[in-house]
Amino acid sequence: MLHKSPRVSLDRRTVLKASLLAGGGLALEALIPLPVRALDGAAGEPAAPGVLSAFVSIAPDGTVRIVAKNPEIGQGVKTSLPMMVADELDCEWSQVRIEQADVDQKRYGSQVAGGSTATPTNWLPMRQTGAAARAMLLEAAAARWGVSSGELTTSKGRILHAASGRSAGYGEVASAAARLSPPDLKSVRLKEPAQFTIIGKPTVGVDSARIVEGKPVFGIDTRLPGMLYAVYEVAPAHGGRLIKADVEAVKRLPGIRHVLPIHGDGDPDQGLADGVAIVASNWWLANQARSRLVVEWDLSAAKGHSTSVYQAKADEAIVADSGADLRRDGDAAAKLAAAAKRVSARYDYPFIAHAPMEPQNCTACYREGRLEVWAPSQNPNAGLASLEKALGIARERVTLHLTRAGGGFGRRLLNDYMVQVAAIAKAIPGVPIQLLWSREDDIRRDYYRPGGWHSFQAGLDQQGNLVAFTDHFVTFGDGKTTARAANFNLSLPPAGLVEDLHFTQTMLPTVVTTGWLRAPASNALSFVSQSFLDEVAVAAGKDLPTLMLSLLGARREVAAPDDRPPFDTGRARDVIEKVVQTSSWARKPAQSGRAKGFAFYFSHRGYFAEVVEASVSGSDVAVHRVWVAADVGSQIVNPMGAENQVRGAVIDGLAQALAGQAIEFADGAVQQSNFHDFPLARIPMTPEIEIAWVKSDKPPTGLGEPALPPVIPALTNAIFAATGTRIRSLPVRLKSA
Amino acid sequence: MRYRLNINGVIRQVEVPPQMPLLWVLRDELGMVGTKFGCGKGLCGACTVHVDGAARRSCQLPVESVGHAKIHTIEHIGETQIGARLQQAWLQIDVMQCGYCQAGQIMSASALLGAQPKPDRQQIDSAMAGNICRCGCYNRIRSAIRIAAGVDEAGAQEESGRVA
Repeated sequence: MLHKSPRVSLDRRTVLKASLLAGGGLALEALIPLPVRALDGAAGEPAAPGVLSAFVSIAPDGTVRIVAKNPEIGQGVKTSLPMMVADELDCEWSQVRIEQADVDQKRYGSQVAGGSTATPTNWLPMRQTGAAARAMLLEAAAARWGVSSGELTTSKGRILHAASGRSAGYGEVASAAARLSPPDLKSVRLKEPAQFTIIGKPTVGVDSARIVEGKPVFGIDTRLPGMLYAVYEVAPAHGGRLIKADVEAVKRLPGIRHVLPIHGDGDPDQGLADGVAIVASNWWLANQARSRLVVEWDLSAAKGHSTSVYQAKADEAIVADSGADLRRDGDAAAKLAAAAKRVSARYDYPFIAHAPMEPQNCTACYREGRLEVWAPSQNPNAGLASLEKALGIARERVTLHLTRAGGGFGRRLLNDYMVQVAAIAKAIPGVPIQLLWSREDDIRRDYYRPGGWHSFQAGLDQQGNLVAFTDHFVTFGDGKTTARAANFNLSLPPAGLVEDLHFTQTMLPTVVTTGWLRAPASNALSFVSQSFLDEVAVAAGKDLPTLMLSLLGARREVAAPDDRPPFDTGRARDVIEKVVQTSSWARKPAQSGRAKGFAFYFSHRGYFAEVVEASVSGSDVAVHRVWVAADVGSQIVNPMGAENQVRGAVIDGLAQALAGQAIEFADGAVQQSNFHDFPLARIPMTPEIEIAWVKSDKPPTGLGEPALPPVIPALTNAIFAATGTRIRSLPVRLKSA
Repeated sequence: MRYRLNINGVIRQVEVPPQMPLLWVLRDELGMVGTKFGCGKGLCGACTVHVDGAARRSCQLPVESVGHAKIHTIEHIGETQIGARLQQAWLQIDVMQCGYCQAGQIMSASALLGAQPKPDRQQIDSAMAGNICRCGCYNRIRSAIRIAAGVDEAGAQEESGRVA
């Protein structure tokens, strides 16, 4: 598990350090402690960092360098965070160069891409750092000209003195500014939103130009002199252990340099899985050689870990109604017994894989007791911890370079590939090794979004008001703790909005590794809860937007019973009303055969209401349009990236429901292997997606995840509206008419 | 076996087994890493190159089958008119999120525009259906191809950028 509470490794005071840049110019480094629980990430999500840092420098030629410290996985932070610094610095974006930081917890604190946390945690500190640098440049110019800094203004990287007509580029005073004491970060004056020149402007990603030319930017593109390529053959079933391997035949194959049976630490979850490494001069040769390996595995732990067995156990648990209490408000049983109308239904969803386009890979070289690593990781510090635990390589002896990652979606929050390549590299000192997984490895050895089952009951009074609600959740875990990302959400609506409510939970044991997938827990809980509430609305003679608005009631903040952020019913109301308007929800569908479905979800601090318009022909579902109304605060930092995140999340959710995604097990062995049986979205299924930003007065929050959860129930509710068939199980599988 | 390959107008000599797919000759023998590995089964299009102008999945192309064919890769595509227009359009609306599949997308799009200079929406969807973008940048891929083709540029930008 990731650390749930923030780790504070530095002094709690804000530190702003100015220094003279090598070759002249100003270097400014800000270390900003965050209040504990500044970011109370939802349970199981990556925790908030304890310290934030920002680095900006201005060279004598005016070039502004900003360090990007977080992993870039396609979510756009390598562009959007520096935009915040540059805007307050008041320079031109074309002056700015971005440098990717290595991993260094002492210097940068947490360096994570997860939980949609980068925007909310960095919004003020990044801007304050840019503003502090600007203030120092102003002071330096004021001293040079013998005027008060209050008489000076800035524009596009220049300092202007209107009274005398003098001006200077930032680079001209940067060295002088480096000799001044930095201002108090909290007192620096920030721009009003109307003054932004970079924030809010559609800005092209900083790596995009290199990517369209095929230049190396990804982990898999790492090339080092003398490098060899590796595959890592693991047990054919989750939980399997290596008994022995006959590697002689493989050693004699062309191009094969090393064949290494590796006994791990028995912890494939956060340590080193057992396996056999094949190292060759060319990756294809290594991968081809796998078929000649003769390995004996102990698969006894995997026995019985089959999809059908999990299903049967979940059925038993639901019939027995034997869940442990998660949340109990009022007396739902009594209210249900007295209800004028009762609705009940069971829902489920499968395990699914992340399948980022860049297969898992990592490059490492072990030399004289030190390890150098090039990793496309979303959470590299957790990788360092795993290296120490599994291989005894202390983090002080590791240099870890972050590469751009070809997609993450939560998969690269875990670092199994990093530990594997380190084990191989340690066995072949002095030789750089690139470990690359095949797509089959990736599909079969994921940290899957776990499957789950829900049994709901709702009670309505005479007027059709929801007065009682229960859910028995069957999930995976050891009986004490749920497996990673197999947790519930105690604030799942209508929790907090009805007085009598009861959530219970049963855990099934599993040997399968599970993990966070884009909008963890929410991606599944949204489907089951908003689909069931649509059933409740139909039973009450209403539609779901009307039911949701009546449940939300007056504008207020509803506190969560755990450490999640409070739920603002006013912000929820605003996005629901907005999407009802943009989608022309109330009007009859313009074209026959098409029907609309609605859903709302709140996750990662973002309020999202979505409407899907779909039609059904036989067993085929076509999605024509999607309308999104979103409140992620007062400001969209980079509309270019923000719209892409929303559209991508919508398409991701539609693929989870419609493409046929399900990972199945037979005695711990994954039955799917590649994109033919674990399909992703393709261009023909892509609908038009309209986005409406609802601007609230709250600070901006992240967009990597919260657009995904509502699209799945909006789709399944549209299928119900079109056909009368209620989708209670994912993926959607309609029978041909 | 020794092979002489015509790659981006340059003859390159490699010594590899005949069955080695062109993808791994490019990436691991010649260090040309622009062409990407995604699935190894011809299912995702990340490894798309041009063989005598046609889009082919290089992970499915044994080196022995290439012969004297002219191979072009993403590293070279900017030197063609169509390729340069596509790269420019890709950047104009910043198509990508993670960007990993985009080399293959641009190679497929470039083969499409070579064969069909003014494709309609269905032609685009059908030519690009073999290229997976896991991030879901499909609206912008459609738009960028229309911009590069000079078809309904305003409409293309509208489609990818409609925001209330």
